[in-house]
Amino acid sequence: MVLFGQFLEILIGGLLSGVLYSLVALGFVLIFKASGVFNFAQGAMVLLAGLALVRSLDLLVANGFPFWTAIILGLVFAGIIMAVTAWLVERFVLGPLVNQDGLTLFMSTIGATFVLEGASQMIFGSDVYPLRLFPTDAWFLFESSFPGGILVNKLDVWGGLIAGILVAGLAIFFQRTKTGRALRAVADDHAAAQSVGIPISWIWFVVWLVAGLVALVAATVWGTKLGVQFSITFLALKALPVLIIGGFTSIPGAIVGGLIVGAGEKLAEGFLGPHIGGGIEYWFAYVLALAVLLVRPQGLFGERIIERI
Amino acid sequence: MLSRRLLFAAAVVSGVGAVTPASAQNEQFIPMLSYRTGAYAVNGVPFANGMHDYYMMINERDGGINGVKLLVEECETGYATDKGVECYERLKGKGPTGAAFVNPLSTGITFALTEKTAADKIPIITMGYGRADSKNGAVFAYNFPLLGTYWSAADIAIQHVAKELGGADKLKGKKISLVYHDSPYGKEPIPTLEVLAKKHGFEFTPIPVTHPGVEQKSQWLAIRQNRPDYVLLWGWGVMNGTAVKEAAAVAYPRDKMIGVWWSGAEPDVTPAGDQAAGYKALMLQHGAGKYAVHGDVEKHVYAKGKGLSEPAKVGEVLYNRGLVNAMLGVEAIRKAQEKFGKKPLKGEEVRWGLENLDLSAARLKELGFEGMMKPVKISCADHEGARDGRVMQWDGKAWKVISDWYTANQEVTEPIVKDVSAKYAADKKIEPRDCSKAS
Repeated sequence: MVLFGQFLEILIGGLLSGVLYSLVALGFVLIFKASGVFNFAQGAMVLLAGLALVRSLDLLVANGFPFWTAIILGLVFAGIIMAVTAWLVERFVLGPLVNQDGLTLFMSTIGATFVLEGASQMIFGSDVYPLRLFPTDAWFLFESSFPGGILVNKLDVWGGLIAGILVAGLAIFFQRTKTGRALRAVADDHAAAQSVGIPISWIWFVVWLVAGLVALVAATVWGTKLGVQFSITFLALKALPVLIIGGFTSIPGAIVGGLIVGAGEKLAEGFLGPHIGGGIEYWFAYVLALAVLLVRPQGLFGERIIERI
Repeated sequence: MLSRRLLFAAAVVSGVGAVTPASAQNEQFIPMLSYRTGAYAVNGVPFANGMHDYYMMINERDGGINGVKLLVEECETGYATDKGVECYERLKGKGPTGAAFVNPLSTGITFALTEKTAADKIPIITMGYGRADSKNGAVFAYNFPLLGTYWSAADIAIQHVAKELGGADKLKGKKISLVYHDSPYGKEPIPTLEVLAKKHGFEFTPIPVTHPGVEQKSQWLAIRQNRPDYVLLWGWGVMNGTAVKEAAAVAYPRDKMIGVWWSGAEPDVTPAGDQAAGYKALMLQHGAGKYAVHGDVEKHVYAKGKGLSEPAKVGEVLYNRGLVNAMLGVEAIRKAQEKFGKKPLKGEEVRWGLENLDLSAARLKELGFEGMMKPVKISCADHEGARDGRVMQWDGKAWKVISDWYTANQEVTEPIVKDVSAKYAADKKIEPRDCSKAS
């Protein structure tokens, strides 16, 4: 019973952690789905959004603004920063590269990563900034059945709820709105989309803006968990196996991939780790991703690409 | 704040972090490996600021060391071993006499540089970190793990646990876990803790956390299940704050956690807010607070607008550590000048200064470090020089010293030092020096 309780606790904790990875992975999926670009800068965007939010929040609170007013104004400020970033990326990075191949666009996002990381720390600081938007204590469930109960962290549950709302909202955006359909058309073929009158500059601005806002949401949760600091950019590496498993073009895939990675790595660390020295969860996620690649190269929910030769 | 960052950027770009114009032939070059970017910048920045400000103060207040100005150039390592080696290779030959010494600020970089620095005859100062076996100067002539190795730290931590429990005999049957950064740094205390576990009869469980340590849920759920009596924390950067938060999430008492001296600074506890209250950490002698030396730094550096830190952070734990680290290097050069002349010195000459460094209580008072640290005396056989520590506790707002001084028990650490350093000497075909003949 104790072992089962431990298994259940690690499984639930892992699933919820996986949802937090999905929050970051969603930003990657959005840009890839809409523009065919693998955006290496997504982690840096989470950092930028988090720093803009927490620094403005601190400033507003220090100047006597009520906490909730400061949060709203801080979110608006961070949203504006992400909009400016989206415009700058479109204007100076991607715009000049329209119709170039995917590898060129990918390389350009690597450059954008370093610029965003450096600029955000230069402007907002490189310290660790506490952010307390969600509760971080825990529930202890089923205490009568398991000694000590099953621990469930409230922050993880909040992350799960936010991810659910985001997925629903993004699904509606892509399937039901004119802009969403235009985004999908651009992803299929830049030139063809332009030929039917879709303004590609505008579309790329919109998609980077939406990805920036998703990064802001991820920053609120991860910032509460870790404090806003440079290490948030490492979440991009946690999101990569999630994308490989779920598929680069599927929003539900990002969630399912996150659940698989979260549960898989936590169970491996908890039960396999002690027998082989521990510290395995970081690479175990990539083992899972490799296993999926062998069976379904496009990921569990990715679109199968069929090309005529 | 932005202007301070621009000042730093200008200093780094021009490669003259802490120097005023001087004759190129009368400058002592000091490479300064630092990390102001990356996952560990939150800890690296205050440390680097403390070092920079001390070197700057020596130039501004004293005109250098006996008239020899310090020429300091920072190099960003990002705490990455490859970049650290690159920085060393780029800077080791600069200045009229090459690098006086190198402070890698990383145990990983220390391991990578140990053979290179010996071949280049440049001392490597690793204050409170680095490889613990390098305490044996007979084998490691150029390594100086000043003020304390991780083996000393592990022994001090267990001494404090024993004191809290009511005596060393109470350790028997207790469970002590080590949550460590899965790197050469984090692994360093394991041999000593294994020896201590055998000696005192406690159950020791090492639990690794992968770099950078943003995700520790599995480790802390394991701790929740295992319920150790104490958890020792050997983390760095984001790992520390995350560990404290995860401990709170699984309701593990923070006052049963003891961090090493690299897990006990303000950035490690502030992200956790009230949840960090009660958390304890070892002190590498000093803690937070201002002493006489800070007055000189404020007068000669900050009053002239040349300091790199936010003024409110002057006196924080890692800033102070940077001051102490820089002071030990400066005093080694001063000592070496007594023998080799008041001129820029070569690395091997500064090595002699380090090995013969003897900072008495009176000298520490003159330097403005009275109350921050105890006297230090280095010798050929003992490149550590001192192995004293205390314990402090975070009360939610500030660190409070809660223990008397402990001295690491050499009966425990010395056999391990001898054993491991002898193996190193055999592997590398090093003929250990006869320390009775060292001068």
